[in-house]
Amino acid sequence: MQERADIVYGGYQHVSLVVQCVALAAVIAFLLAVLVTRVPALEGLANAVSAIGLTLPSFALLGFLLPLLGIGPGPAVAAVTFYAVLPILRNAVVALQGVDRTLLESARGMGMGAVATLLRVQLPLAWPVILAGIRTSTQMSMGVAAIAAVVLGPGLGGYIFSGLEQIGNANALYSALVGTIGVVLLALVLDALLLLLGRLTTSKGIRA
Amino acid sequence: MTDQPISGVDLELVDVTKSYPGQERPAVDGLTLHVPAGEIVMFIGPSGCGKTTSLKMINRLIEPTSGTITIGGDDVRKQKVDELRRHIGYVIQGGSLFPHMTVAQNIALVPKLLKWDDKRVEARVDELLDLVNLDPGRYRDRYPRELSGGQQQRVGVARGLASDPPVVLMDEPFGAVDPITRSRLQDELMSIQSELRKTIVCVTHDIDEAVKLGDRICILQEGAQVAQYDTPEHVLAAPANRFVEDFVGAGSGLKQLTLTRVDDIELRSWPTASVGEPVAEVLARAGQAGESSVIVLDQRRRPRAWCWVRDLEGQDRVPPPAGDEVLGVDRRATLNDALDDMLSSSYGAAVVTGRRDEFLGVVDFASVTRHIQETAQQVEASAGSGPDGTERT
Repeated sequence: MQERADIVYGGYQHVSLVVQCVALAAVIAFLLAVLVTRVPALEGLANAVSAIGLTLPSFALLGFLLPLLGIGPGPAVAAVTFYAVLPILRNAVVALQGVDRTLLESARGMGMGAVATLLRVQLPLAWPVILAGIRTSTQMSMGVAAIAAVVLGPGLGGYIFSGLEQIGNANALYSALVGTIGVVLLALVLDALLLLLGRLTTSKGIRA
Repeated sequence: MTDQPISGVDLELVDVTKSYPGQERPAVDGLTLHVPAGEIVMFIGPSGCGKTTSLKMINRLIEPTSGTITIGGDDVRKQKVDELRRHIGYVIQGGSLFPHMTVAQNIALVPKLLKWDDKRVEARVDELLDLVNLDPGRYRDRYPRELSGGQQQRVGVARGLASDPPVVLMDEPFGAVDPITRSRLQDELMSIQSELRKTIVCVTHDIDEAVKLGDRICILQEGAQVAQYDTPEHVLAAPANRFVEDFVGAGSGLKQLTLTRVDDIELRSWPTASVGEPVAEVLARAGQAGESSVIVLDQRRRPRAWCWVRDLEGQDRVPPPAGDEVLGVDRRATLNDALDDMLSSSYGAAVVTGRRDEFLGVVDFASVTRHIQETAQQVEASAGSGPDGTERT
């Protein structure tokens, strides 16, 4: 019984880590994307970072963060957020740039300020594509969060690692399976929830 | 024009220049122009002549390099830019509606920016939808993609008028719709304008549209040099130079037809029938008028269909018309449009509608030819006297 409660708690922590990191990443990515779309010189840089960033092995990044942030949730949050930003950033840049210029000019021409135009016209129109980035990012982050167990981060990753370390032991396979299947199931549930969120937050006027 | 009070104000451009760095010649070079309150001025010229740049300098979407623009005597540069724009209507091609907002939300944008209370905004939205001939109950909560191009453009016009601005800027407002819808929208705009009398500056590349809508036409050459700024009659009758002549193009005699409005000639009455009315009464009325057809009106007195008397015989009540088309041409339509409508109808007459599409009467070939003859005689009589001094009626 205790074991089951531990697994549930681990799953909860895993999801909680991912959700919070992705939320943080979404805000960071949106702000960066706004900056990038305002300063065209930054676009190349942003693309390069999001492309190169994804090739960085997460093990390496965690190892790099270890001396800076110690072990525990700190480096786990930093690593998951770092990876989570990348797909959202890329989508957000494309989505914000994809909003029809004439609509933005028309908003300004009607007397909407820069912030109002961004939040009331550009963001809602870019939202479906940004949300698609958030979904990709969430899936990826579920996996990255599992690897964060290497720095003793919270979540289900611990089951996978302890299973792999004890290969040959009676419970080794069982432990690794619990971790893996748990991560996959939770990822599916999260994705469904995001899909629902998309339905609820996308205007009927632009829903596909 | 009409005796409606003018709600527009004077618009003045004095020596306005816009140069872009790296370009040898300014896009707009010392444009000076006075737009009298309550008039429509059409900016027209070849592409790249600076007409849109000039328009956008009025609401400061483009900041002039030098020169002064005043609206009702107030320098636009002395005002906060967002505040200024909320009091200038802005209508652009295709309506440019925000696709994620409903029709009502689109129209309500500027009133809400001006912090009107909800009740007032709601009433205003319905009033405007009514003004542009869209049934508020039916269209208020629709999204732009659920509307036709013409309907979207109507909402665009309604949105531009939402805060009741004295000055309205239009950038090729009807460029994105088919010719028939365009003509209908132009008529509606004229109808609305005769009610509101705003100061309107409208950019177009279509000389026919300029002649039809404009109280004055401002023909621009490269660098927004004014080639001629005058009433459509004078531009057509006495082009200032070769450039204007070329621009106005051939067939200026026929274009004069587009200068006469349907309400300049006398309308004939025609027997009508209301939907659901007993057929016997209708037949009696048609018999009395000696006509073999009647015009079916709906509850809002909008003409919906022609109906032969023989098709009504044997029925009890007048059946509702199929579809939701409103028939005929607006009273502000040109004779050209009316003739077109007559030619395509098998009833030999065009139905004329007034405010909110209400039925007014009909015009037929006889009355149009009579009017053309009279005009020709007048022109002959006044030949020799200069083009000056004749005000547009």
